[in-house]
Amino acid sequence: MAHMGVESERIHFSWVSSAESTKFVRVVNEVTEAVRALGPNRRFVKSHGLDRQSYDEKAA
Amino acid sequence: MIGYIDKIKQISKQILEDCKVDMVIGFRRGTVPMMNEPCVAKTEDDVDQFVWDGHCGINLANYLMGRKEKIGIVAKGCDTRNIVTHIIENKIDRDQLYIIGVPCKGMIDRRQVNNRFEGVREVIDQGDTVKIIGADFEEKLDKTDLLQSNCATCTHPNPVIHDELVGDPVEVPTDIDQWADVRKIEAMSTEDKWGYFDDLLKECIRCYACRNACPLCYCPTCFVDESTPQWVGKSQDPIDVRTFHFLRAFHCAGRCTDCGACERACPVGINMRVFTQKLEKDCYDLYGWEAGLTTDVRPPLDTYRADDPEEFIK
Repeated sequence: MAHMGVESERIHFSWVSSAESTKFVRVVNEVTEAVRALGPNRRFVKSHGLDRQSYDEKAA
Repeated sequence: MIGYIDKIKQISKQILEDCKVDMVIGFRRGTVPMMNEPCVAKTEDDVDQFVWDGHCGINLANYLMGRKEKIGIVAKGCDTRNIVTHIIENKIDRDQLYIIGVPCKGMIDRRQVNNRFEGVREVIDQGDTVKIIGADFEEKLDKTDLLQSNCATCTHPNPVIHDELVGDPVEVPTDIDQWADVRKIEAMSTEDKWGYFDDLLKECIRCYACRNACPLCYCPTCFVDESTPQWVGKSQDPIDVRTFHFLRAFHCAGRCTDCGACERACPVGINMRVFTQKLEKDCYDLYGWEAGLTTDVRPPLDTYRADDPEEFIK
């Protein structure tokens, strides 16, 4: 994913056991913080036939 | 390379006569220049059609899957690596095969020839040089300048398994960086990477020729043809096109031998080897694995080892 040009901060892998509730919370927080810092994803989103600009306007 | 054909014919006739095989798969001259086509010889007379030169780039391992007969096959270095992969994946038994190994000196890139010359009528591979004949011209070029890009950086030109070789093994170059293209992309910024692949794939018409030419793509129903569930959109949307190419490459991870069949088959000339090469490089860096070199070791993606790299899991 990173090789194709998706920001590596959006890509997270983790292994959380069902007994590791605190780790689960930490991972979810880390992922949301990292993605929020990047802002909305503009890549790897289908434009549904619209050009980029009108798609962005519609999405906003 | 020219001398190979007599030996190929001689071996093919012999194994057919001895009933060691039911058929021999080789190449015959195609109907257009630089496009030799697969040829299945079932009698000794059929064998006379066989040719061998720098236009035999099609990967014949593609014709072996699930066959029940005993088959003789003419195979280059990369073809034999795909045959090994087939054996590992239980697509064919080693006992069914009689492999006529051809030490390969590289295949000619027809696109380069067609880009440089107009109206090419015949291209004759003379070993080190290539003679290009058109309606009103005749040119001689060094073969090294016209090789397919995967052949120019090939590190396994000699067959890895064979029952008979048609010539002495060719010298294996040692000073080649086969992943120079991948390194170039790896060094790009995220933005540039995205743009690079957008640009690379903009011509794709999703004809799936790359998939059909690939010996690894033998699933009875390909993920792109599935409708329940539908894994990937069927439209020409750039995101669907990109998803198709990346997923196909992932299905070839640890199996691809960089034979170049996909790139060769592409009607619009997309170099999709940049996808498979990245995965090939990753497999080498992470597991020290090169596909199709031996039938004794299971590939890294279907084995578990306690020391498998896992730095990406947090």
